[in-house]
Amino acid sequence: MSTSVDFWDYLGTRHEQLLTDAYQHASAVFQCMVVATVLGVLIGVLTYRSGWAGNVATTVTSTVLTVPSLAMIGLLIPVVGLGVAPTVVALTLYGLLPIVRNAIVGLRGVDPTLVDAAKGIGMSRAARLFRVELPIAWPPILTGIRVSTQMLMGIAAIAAYASGPGLGNVIFRGIGSLGSRNALNQVLAGTLGIVVLALLFDAAYVLIGRLTIPRGIRV
Amino acid sequence: MSEPTAPGAAASGATIELENLTKRYPGSPEPAVDSVSMEIGAGETVIFVGPSGCGKSTTLKMINRLIEPTGGRIRINGEDVTDIDPVKLRRKVGYAIQSSGLFPHMTVAQNIALVPKMIGWGKARIRSRVEEMLDLVGLDPGEFHDRYPRQLSGGQQQRVGVARALAADPPVLLMDEPFGAVDPITRDHLQDELIRLQSELHKTIVFVTHDFDEAIKLGDRIAVLRERSHIAQFDTPEAILTNPADDFVSGFVGAGAALKRLNLTRVRDVEIADVPTVTVDDPLQDIFDKLRGGTTNELLLLDKRGRPYKWLRRGDLMRARGSLARAGTLVHDTVTRDATLRDALEAVLTDNAGRVAVTGRRGEYTGVVDMETLLNSVHEMLEADRLDAIEHQHDLEEQRAQLTHQEQEGAGPGPGGPGGAARA
Ligand SMILES: Nc1ncnc2c1ncn2[C@@H]1O[C@H](COP(=O)(O)OP(=O)(O)O)[C@@H](O)[C@H]1O
Ligand SMILES: [Mg+2]
Repeated sequence: MSTSVDFWDYLGTRHEQLLTDAYQHASAVFQCMVVATVLGVLIGVLTYRSGWAGNVATTVTSTVLTVPSLAMIGLLIPVVGLGVAPTVVALTLYGLLPIVRNAIVGLRGVDPTLVDAAKGIGMSRAARLFRVELPIAWPPILTGIRVSTQMLMGIAAIAAYASGPGLGNVIFRGIGSLGSRNALNQVLAGTLGIVVLALLFDAAYVLIGRLTIPRGIRV
Repeated sequence: MSEPTAPGAAASGATIELENLTKRYPGSPEPAVDSVSMEIGAGETVIFVGPSGCGKSTTLKMINRLIEPTGGRIRINGEDVTDIDPVKLRRKVGYAIQSSGLFPHMTVAQNIALVPKMIGWGKARIRSRVEEMLDLVGLDPGEFHDRYPRQLSGGQQQRVGVARALAADPPVLLMDEPFGAVDPITRDHLQDELIRLQSELHKTIVFVTHDFDEAIKLGDRIAVLRERSHIAQFDTPEAILTNPADDFVSGFVGAGAALKRLNLTRVRDVEIADVPTVTVDDPLQDIFDKLRGGTTNELLLLDKRGRPYKWLRRGDLMRARGSLARAGTLVHDTVTRDATLRDALEAVLTDNAGRVAVTGRRGEYTGVVDMETLLNSVHEMLEADRLDAIEHQHDLEEQRAQLTHQEQEGAGPGPGGPGGAARA
């Protein structure tokens, strides 16, 4: 007879708490992704036309990514305190890299003759950007957003270290009480929750891609 | 015989004047375009032709200020546009380029609607304009309206590119090697279409190419450019073919000037004969009667849409036991009224009966030309050219005599300056 409580029983008794954690996890990732997307595309738009500025943006954002997430949150606590703030800052920073990089690559990849044609038929700078360059660069940008989201799903779990929200709390509780009745179930439930969330987000992105990528450039 | 250079009453083109237009790219000691001056008439088609890298595109793109000139002035219809808002300028100047430049994420209709939308046309007007433009460039609106560029062939893309450039009815159309990337047959069709279009619209067209044959075919006047966009000769195709200004121009004209001359005359300029026709919908008995009773022993069978389909001779129907599907010989080649005599000659030479059907815009039958008509026309044409050339030669000798006279008095200008040649 096993000492550990059956996993399904555990889920049955704790599902409310788990759902709240999952919701907070998803919500944190979603909100940070929105901010990271806006910032990332903005940085891409501001830098893609200059060789060095684009490279600086890519290098800086990829340097951020080399900082271990635990260390990043640790470093942020003295600056922004505990709780939601360090989570949001860290997630947004990490989320930037793939978006900035793909935005720059995507915008630079727009066929220069198309930009020439857009200018030639009298489109203003803004019209060129919003009606030609960004729509054509959108598929790689969306890929960047997808990659970012997957990455943030995992990183968000670390947020619990700084008393942040999300499924990380469940996992940390499990790790903190290893050997106890529910330890393994907690780690397992948290991890599975994150995987399920990641899959749900990914499905959402596939749908968004279907809805927002014009048929003319869909692969 | 020659192209009409003067626009008709409905001319919608504008004059273009370039005055000492110069472009110096940063970091290169020599200017890419060095003080080009030329005047282009309203409704005129002017071709810039010259070797790769001689500055054709740079000159062209300075007209809509895609490239900002470093010196000189541009005037369109007398208005100095050198310093106006380039975005505003470009909406009055159509622009079509080699790779068609269609936006892949927009449908054909959306691409064409872009400029009318930008200048604030109403929805209904834009919608009908898009249909009109598709029709104008020979694409069926119902079929192509909602397609994406990647669902079109190269030639179709080019047509849409031209439709987009013309959508807001700009007086000026700039084209940078628009047919450079399509196969020769399609290119030929597109050239014919452009000629037809221009005969309806009378835009002022500036067209860049490195293909002299294309220049001859399309241009009212041709500017042969050498390095730094210096004008070697700026004249009608006939004049350039019969009187190249110098070795550079003759080098560019290449061999076979007499054959190229055939490119300068179009089927509509020669006599188009009529042959008896029947359509596939006619009762078989009528067709029999016509074949038996007619003055010729041959009929042209037209399909449901009035397009040449088959040549029927006496006895063909009999041999096919009354089946129209099996009788006669298929029409394998037709020419449009805008096709050159060279194309017509080619078609006639390859036709075993020595004639070719002439078709209208939608491929419908309008007549027939045969070998005899063509030969007569060619003889007349060459004879006229010869007389012109003799006259021109005479003029030149007189001018030269005058020049020598002036030089001897120390007041003569140096021969062959770019400005001098441009005035030709
Ligand atoms: N953006 C540019 N920067 C520097 N040099 C250029 C640029 N564009 C064209 N050139 C140079 O100017 C000359 C003319 O180019 P172009 O007008 O494109 O020639 P063409 O269209 O006749 O082939 C070439 O020597 C080319 O190398
Ligand atoms: Mg060029």
